[in-house]
Amino acid sequence: MKNTYLLVFLISICSMQNVDASVLKICAACPIKSIKQGIVQANANDTLLIKKGVYKEFDIQVNKPLTLLGENYPIIDGSDQGEIITITADNVIVDGLFIINVGTSYTSDYAAIRVVKSKHFIIRNVVLEKLFFGIYLEKSSYGKVYHNKIIGDAVEEFNSGNGIQLWYSNNITVEKNIVQHVRDGIYLEFSDDIIIKDNISTNNIRYGLHFMFSNNDSYTGNTFENNGAGVAVMFSKKIRMHNNVFKKNWGAASFGLLLKEINDSEITGNTFEENTVGISIEGSNRIDYKNNDFTNNGWALKVRGACYGNSFIANNFLYNSFDVSYNSKLNDNLFDQNYWSNYTGYDLNKNGIGDIPYRPVKLFSYIVNRTPETIILLRSLFMDIIDFSEKVSPVFTPDNLQDKNPSMKRIR
Amino acid sequence: MPLRQLQYPLNMFKILKYSFFDLMRSRWSYVYFMFYLLLGFVLLFLNNDISKAVITLMNIIIVLVPLIATIFGVMYYYNSKEFTELLLAQPVKRTSIFLGQYLGVAGSLTLSLIFGLGIPFLCYGLFRSMVIWDFALLLVVGGFLTMIFTALAFNISLSNENKIKGFGYAVLMWLFLAVIYDGIFLVSLIVFEEYPLDNFSLAATMLNPIDLSRTLILLKLDISALLGYTGAVFKQFFGTNLGFLVSLGTLILWTVLPISRLMLKSKRKDF
Amino acid sequence: MNNLDLDVENGGIYAVLGPNGSGKTTLIKSILGMVIMDDGQIEVSGQSIKNNWLYRKEINYLPQIANFPGNLRVNELIKMIKDLRNKNNRADELIQLFNLNSFLDKKLSTLSGGTKQKVNILLAFMFDSPVYILDEPTTGLDPAALLNLKDLIRKEKQAGKTILITSHILQFVEEMADQIIYLLEGKIYFRGTMQSLLKKTHQTKFDHAIAAIAIPSEHV
Repeated sequence: MKNTYLLVFLISICSMQNVDASVLKICAACPIKSIKQGIVQANANDTLLIKKGVYKEFDIQVNKPLTLLGENYPIIDGSDQGEIITITADNVIVDGLFIINVGTSYTSDYAAIRVVKSKHFIIRNVVLEKLFFGIYLEKSSYGKVYHNKIIGDAVEEFNSGNGIQLWYSNNITVEKNIVQHVRDGIYLEFSDDIIIKDNISTNNIRYGLHFMFSNNDSYTGNTFENNGAGVAVMFSKKIRMHNNVFKKNWGAASFGLLLKEINDSEITGNTFEENTVGISIEGSNRIDYKNNDFTNNGWALKVRGACYGNSFIANNFLYNSFDVSYNSKLNDNLFDQNYWSNYTGYDLNKNGIGDIPYRPVKLFSYIVNRTPETIILLRSLFMDIIDFSEKVSPVFTPDNLQDKNPSMKRIR
Repeated sequence: MPLRQLQYPLNMFKILKYSFFDLMRSRWSYVYFMFYLLLGFVLLFLNNDISKAVITLMNIIIVLVPLIATIFGVMYYYNSKEFTELLLAQPVKRTSIFLGQYLGVAGSLTLSLIFGLGIPFLCYGLFRSMVIWDFALLLVVGGFLTMIFTALAFNISLSNENKIKGFGYAVLMWLFLAVIYDGIFLVSLIVFEEYPLDNFSLAATMLNPIDLSRTLILLKLDISALLGYTGAVFKQFFGTNLGFLVSLGTLILWTVLPISRLMLKSKRKDF
Repeated sequence: MNNLDLDVENGGIYAVLGPNGSGKTTLIKSILGMVIMDDGQIEVSGQSIKNNWLYRKEINYLPQIANFPGNLRVNELIKMIKDLRNKNNRADELIQLFNLNSFLDKKLSTLSGGTKQKVNILLAFMFDSPVYILDEPTTGLDPAALLNLKDLIRKEKQAGKTILITSHILQFVEEMADQIIYLLEGKIYFRGTMQSLLKKTHQTKFDHAIAAIAIPSEHV
């Protein structure tokens, strides 16, 4: 019986140590050989130190608050069987893992790491390759996705997943991640109060960043380059978009930024460079566009449908093929104090503001909207003459669509 | 026979040399040169932005260079008629005379263009800017247009003894290729918008050297807009190097064809 | 011009005369290859001129209108023609003869008509060729230069050259020509010496003879 007491005593000491968080090592030569085994043996708040090696595992359920820490990037190979890590507990940290071969399915969205209904999680320094979905946050909150690298090999939209996906989640920070070659780099659906910061999302099949029905979010300092289209923000409101770079999003339906049914948002300090369309705007109201640079785009702004109460102030429009295109004769938006490199007016009173207003909509952009092949006549003398006559007496373009105070110098 | 073969190109270069000297000393070469010099400086001064100046220049160049080359070519041909007759009586092959004169005119015009625009842009720090390739393209296109339109002008004057008529036809040709052609082009695109027009519009572009040069410029400046069009042929053409190569190749063809007609015509003509 | 058959022997001065539009210029230009014939054949010193340009080495040509590229200087023009023909020449001697020294550095556009004609003559006479074609050589010349020209022509004749001249100055023709070739409507209307012309027209004076021959009714 004495032995029994001793055993109870020892166990209680062990469990006390567990409360203090112990470290369980996992490696091929260790007593614990797999992550799954480690999770079973671990107590809450323990750290699983995963040593360098290859772990052929999938469907790892993290159901207690643990830290999964990789040492020298151990490889977790899912062998295309399905989901690899599923987190269902609060306070989980995943750090320094190299996860490959997520199973592809047409019925379930297998992810490399999924967080379900959990709070206060951190996923950082993780590298994902050969994936379907990357990091999938489902009904979770107050977490952080930091400094991960997601490199997919997506070719088609229908059989590929998103890099980082947030679904019904809130108060989450997505920062300094690199996402490439997936369907949508970062995808948000019904997710509010999200901060997306300093990520680099490139070469994705569909969008670099995609919002649906998500409000009160902000994204700043991100780079979106060479995606099917840069960023799509749809059916959302109060989105703050600052200091991002939208670059080289080329193609027939491509754009740097798509705004569809967006209200009460801010777009400031962004750079739109060499996109087929810089910003495509549909049914979006009360948005402030300020201090953005539109450089070498096919169309800097393409405005479709009813858009009211938007203001475009102090932006630079540099060497775009078309500055603004409108598909209606009505205009309820304000253009003021922008710099237009296509402006040919003068400033006799030297106050830095052109003396004659600038009309950013050319007749030719209407013709191209109607008959796309006519784009080949861009910069021809004939078109210049037609544009000039339209400028003198507008027939097709909104009469009041003009920047009354065009800046003479580029705004810094 | 070897002597004869050797003398042919030799004589041509001699004539080229003297035509060139003649032109380099003529007032008009200087007017042309000064015009470009002024244009370059004024544009750079007004814009104070080298990229913007290059874009403006590209728009101007594709219309103005053909006009100047046309007028200059016709003028030179008619003014040097007696010189030509003097040469015709010399033991020189006819094609050498006309090719030499043609190259003299086209060469001096091209040089005026290159130096006239080159100097102001160098002063404003071309080599330190990002637009050096745009500028190089500008000069290449300008050079081609000069060659093509001088050749066309020579062809027109060679076929018209009457100076006024020759002048009229030449200016009409310019007006047609620079403005009217695009008007017809645009109207036919709009009228037939129901049909696939990719091939038609590319072909129509190839058939006009001004449009062709414009395409080369579009490829450089407006590729973002061009890729917004859905047609597969367009995509293939503008999205790859194909467009650039085909345009350049056709431009060379456009240069070679009038020159060969010039040589053929010059062999048959009575003076 | 059709059915014109002309055979000019080596040596001698031939004056090609005829009213305006009779084909004098066309004849000269055909020989020079400037006008290309639809049919027929021309030989110069035994070689056919068709598709040939080297034969022009044998011909010295003095064009009717002395208009040169205006921006070239006189010596540059001379140099250029020398350059093109690549043959021994006596340019310096002729420059002395016509007192062109002071004009050598002048642009051709600044020269007077007479001086231009002197340059024209210089260019035509500076090479030693068997055939000379002189189209209105006396235009604009002062008396001294005219004398020099006549001397030059006579010397060339003595050297056995064939010289073809067109001129409206009948006195000059009368003085210089060995044979008269009279063209009318593209045909040779008369060919022969001065004496035979006078005889044929029953005239005693050359100018009257020319005037008389131009009335076709007499022969029809």
